[in-house]
Amino acid sequence: MRVLVVEDDPVLADGLKVGLGLSGSTVDVVFTAADARAALAATRFDAVVLDRMLPDGAGLDILADLRRQGDATPVLMLTALDEATDRVAGLDAGADDYLGKPFDLDELAARLRAIARRREGRSGPLLEAAGIVLDPATSIVTVGDKAVSLSRREFAVLMALMEWPGVIRSRGELENRLYGWQEEVESNAVEVHIHNLRAKVGRAAIETVRGLGYRLRNGP
Amino acid sequence: MTSLRRRLFLLLISATAAIWVCAVGWIYFESRADLEHVLDTRLQEAARMVHSMVASSNLETAGVAAATAADFTYNRQLSCQVWSLSGRLLARSGGAPEGSLAEELEGFSDRQVNGEAWRVYTVVDLVHGVRVAVGDRIGLRARLVRDLIVGLVGPALMTVPLLGLMIWASLGRGLAPLRRIAGEIAGRNGDDVSPVAGEGAPDEVRPLVDALNGLFAKVEAARRHEKEMTAFAAHELRTPLAGLKTQAQVALAAKDATTRDGALRQIIASVDRTGRLVRQLLALARLEALPDVEPDGGTLVVGALVREVVTGLPRRPDIAVTIDAALDGLEMQADRDSLYLVVRNLQENAAEHMRPPGRIAWSALPDGVGFAIEDDGPGIPEDELPEVTRRFFRGRTRSGSGSGLGLTIAELAARRVGARLIFANRTEARGLRVEIRLPLKPAALS
Repeated sequence: MRVLVVEDDPVLADGLKVGLGLSGSTVDVVFTAADARAALAATRFDAVVLDRMLPDGAGLDILADLRRQGDATPVLMLTALDEATDRVAGLDAGADDYLGKPFDLDELAARLRAIARRREGRSGPLLEAAGIVLDPATSIVTVGDKAVSLSRREFAVLMALMEWPGVIRSRGELENRLYGWQEEVESNAVEVHIHNLRAKVGRAAIETVRGLGYRLRNGP
Repeated sequence: MTSLRRRLFLLLISATAAIWVCAVGWIYFESRADLEHVLDTRLQEAARMVHSMVASSNLETAGVAAATAADFTYNRQLSCQVWSLSGRLLARSGGAPEGSLAEELEGFSDRQVNGEAWRVYTVVDLVHGVRVAVGDRIGLRARLVRDLIVGLVGPALMTVPLLGLMIWASLGRGLAPLRRIAGEIAGRNGDDVSPVAGEGAPDEVRPLVDALNGLFAKVEAARRHEKEMTAFAAHELRTPLAGLKTQAQVALAAKDATTRDGALRQIIASVDRTGRLVRQLLALARLEALPDVEPDGGTLVVGALVREVVTGLPRRPDIAVTIDAALDGLEMQADRDSLYLVVRNLQENAAEHMRPPGRIAWSALPDGVGFAIEDDGPGIPEDELPEVTRRFFRGRTRSGSGSGLGLTIAELAARRVGARLIFANRTEARGLRVEIRLPLKPAALS
C-alpha cells in the first residue's frame, strides 16, 4: 500500500513511516497542511493517515476539500482530539476511520488494511487469485500449500496485482506503489521484480500485456 | 447556628414587651396620680358636705351604731366621723372605724387607724364646735389602681402570644426570598455555578445575590480556564506519547539493528522533548497560580541575569550569543524568578528557531527603559505575530522540539514584573526581535 502520513510531530511521523514500512507499505510523510494538499494533488495514495491539528490548518479542512473534489482516497484521521463529538465530526467530514492518540501501531495497520478491503469491495481478509493466497496482515504468501518467501518490493507488486485480479496495472502504477518520493527508481525495477515473482509464484500467474502493463490471471 | 428569623423574632418581641412595660408603668403612675386627685377631691367634698349638714342640724348625740367590719368592696368607700372639739364622737358613718380619723388641723392627712392606713380630710368648725373627718382606706385606693392596671395588662398579656405568633409567621414570610435562594443554592450539585435567579428578591437581598453571582462567574471562568488548560495539556502530551509508543513498537518489530537503533534514538529525543513540555507546563501552572503582578523584589542587574541564563543553557557552538555591555548598567526592581523565566524562554525560543550557524544578540533599548533580544532565524509570519503568546500556539515556522508554551510563559512572567513584550520581525535583517519594555519608574540606567 502507498500511504501518505500527514503528521507534524517528527518522532511520530518517523515512527509511522518506519512502522508501516515494516508491514509492507510504502510511506510518504508530510508535516504541514500545504504539503499534504500538494502531495494529494500529485500522487495517488491507497490511504492517508491524517493528523487533525496541523500547524497551518485543520486536517478536517483538507479532508473536506478532498471529498469536495470527488477524491475517494481512504482517510484515517489520527488525532489527540478523541472525544465522541470530535470523532463524529471527523467521520462526518468524510473520514473512513478515526483513531485517537496514543494508539497501537498494529491496530493502525489493521485499520488501514480494513479500509483497503472495503475499498476493494471484499470482506475476507485474504487475497486469493490464480492459486495464490496473500495475507496482508501477516505478509505470508502461499502457493498451493507451500509458503513463498518474497522481498518487501516483490510482496508489494504481488499485492497490487492481487487487489484487482484480471485488471491491468501499468508500470507507473506499480512503481507508485513501490517507491516513496525520496527513493530512486531504477528504470527496469518493475520488470526485475515481476521476473523474480514469476519464478516464485508460477510463471503463468502473471501475464504481461504488451505496452500496457501486467495483470494477474483471473480465476482459481 | 444563629437563625436570622429567631434573632429578629426575639428583637421584635423584646422591643414590643419593653414598650408594653413602659406604657404600663406610665399609665400606672399617671392613673394613680389622677386617681389620688379625684379621690382626694371626693374626700374634700364629702367632708364639706357632711360639715354643712352637721352645722345646720347641730348634732349632739352619738351617731348611729357602727357598721360591720370594713369589707373590701367598692361599696362604702368613704367613712365619716363627726367629733366634738372636746374629743367626743358625735356621729360616724357605717363602716367607719372606732378610732379617730380626725386631725387637729384642717386638711388632708394619712394616718394609721386600727392598723389600717387611711387618707383623711378633716374640717374643723370652731363655731359649731365640731370636727368632721372623711376618710377612705389607702388599701382600697391601691386596689383601685391595681385593678385598673390588671384590666390593662391582662388583655395585653393575652395578646402577646398572639402577637408573637403573628410576628413569627410574618418573619417567615418576609424571609422567604432568602430561604428560596438558599434552597436553590443548597440543591445544586458541585458543578452548577450558573447565576442564581434574582427576580423577586427584595432590594436588601439583591446585593447578596449579585455578589454570589459575581463569585459564581469568577469560579466558572477559572474552572473553564483550568479545563481548557488540562484539555490542551492532555492533547499536547498525547502526540509525543503516540510517537513514543509507535517508535517502541517499531523497535520491537524491527528485524535489523539499524531500524531498531533509529527507533531508540527517536525515543530518546521524544522523551527529552516531552520532559521539556512537562517542565514548561509546570512553569505555566505555577505562574498562573501566582498573582498577576509582583512588582516587588530585589534590585537586579539585567546583564548579569542574561549572562546567567545563557551560561545555564546547553552551549551550542554553532550559535553565538552576544550580550551588550550596556545591560550591565541596566538595573530594575523585579521578582528575580519571573524575570529569569522571561529571559530563559526568549533565549530558548531564539535558539530553537535558529538555523545554525547563527547569532543571538541581547542589547539595551536606546531609551534605556528595557532590553531586547534579536536572532537571525526565520522570524514569525506577520499574521502570526499577535498569536505567538497563545498557549500551545506553534506557528508555521515551528521547531521540532517546541512546546508552544515558551512565549506564553515569557509573556506571563513579564506581566508579573510589570514589563511588556513586543514581538516584531527585524527590519534590517532576517530574524525576530523581542523587546522587553520595563515599567517606566522602577527601571533606570545608572
